[in-house]
Amino acid sequence: MDQIAVHQDSATSTDWPVAIYRTLKSFGVAQVSYVPDAGHSKLIKLSHADADIKTTVLTTEEEGVAMAAGAWLGGDRAVLLMQSSGVGNCVNMLSLMASCRFPLLTLVTMRGEWAEFNPWQIPMGRATPQAFEIMGTTVLRLENPDDAEEVISAAASLAYDGDQQVAVLISQRMIGRKKWTKETH
Amino acid sequence: MSAATGTLDRRAAVKALLTERGELLVISGLGSSSYDVFDAGEHPGNFYLWGAMGGAAMVGLGLALAQPKRPVLVVTGDGEQLMGIGSLLTIATKQPGNLSIAVLDNGHFGETGMQLSHSGLGAKLEVIASGAGITNVTDIADMAGIESFRTSLRDLNGGPRLARIRIASGEVERALPPRDGTYLKNRFRGHLGFAVT
Repeated sequence: MDQIAVHQDSATSTDWPVAIYRTLKSFGVAQVSYVPDAGHSKLIKLSHADADIKTTVLTTEEEGVAMAAGAWLGGDRAVLLMQSSGVGNCVNMLSLMASCRFPLLTLVTMRGEWAEFNPWQIPMGRATPQAFEIMGTTVLRLENPDDAEEVISAAASLAYDGDQQVAVLISQRMIGRKKWTKETH
Repeated sequence: MSAATGTLDRRAAVKALLTERGELLVISGLGSSSYDVFDAGEHPGNFYLWGAMGGAAMVGLGLALAQPKRPVLVVTGDGEQLMGIGSLLTIATKQPGNLSIAVLDNGHFGETGMQLSHSGLGAKLEVIASGAGITNVTDIADMAGIESFRTSLRDLNGGPRLARIRIASGEVERALPPRDGTYLKNRFRGHLGFAVT
């Protein structure tokens, strides 16, 4: 089943994962790591299909934080894709980035904030901005598909040129309501 | 259950591992492993972790993918690797030929009061690594094994490798590398030819 199709009921005016992909390419991103996430599934596919991007699936989100540090040591720009539920896992590893002033760009699809049907997603979704901010990570919001290029570009400049840790929270409204009717499990 | 029964002197083992290191880039895990690597000789191609518990192998993976022409060695302890045990699965999915991990295994959490670690309580890191998909796995208990592992590091197509190195659990004097992370980062990148901007 095509996971992407399930999440397109929000009828976004632009194909924002493609806009994000193109923006990351324009910044020379060479490594993408991710924890599987339906909201990022199209970007993950695009990344895997790109021979110039080394794409890595993680067992837990903080692996991607440490990996981004190693990538930067070796001259690569990295991006970490995750869902809001994984942000808490990263808190201690963000110390590495702050202590060494390593750039970090992470794109986080939100759960628990817009038409959320699963109460278990809500506490971490609600705490996501603060979880980043307590560690000194700058939080930007992407609320509108039309703003994808501009927001990702601003975040990438802040990270790679400004040596900052930056998280872009992608609104759950952009991802759309989760449909269960087509699910096979 | 008895602790891992290693006899190797950790300082001697790491020093031997880093002899004639050539192009080797080294990431060291939090705690004694960083002291061991520093004690073996300062080098701009060393990046010492003073935190990021559980992250050493993943820093190594990011570096290995960025620098495929350079051998990358992660030197860490059993406790540090255990905290990031999932990273062995992640590394296996990428099969980076230039990445090697040396786990200095004394079966204890040495920095925090010598409590028995999972390794000391029976877990076999080399079996876990093998099960994760890292096919080049060795269990080293003597200096001949260290020498053999050292010479294998130059082969950029032989990784990922993981060596469980059985070290003695006695305490050794601390040897403290620089702690300024930004300095260590810039020094390392400078060694690879990246200018500080």
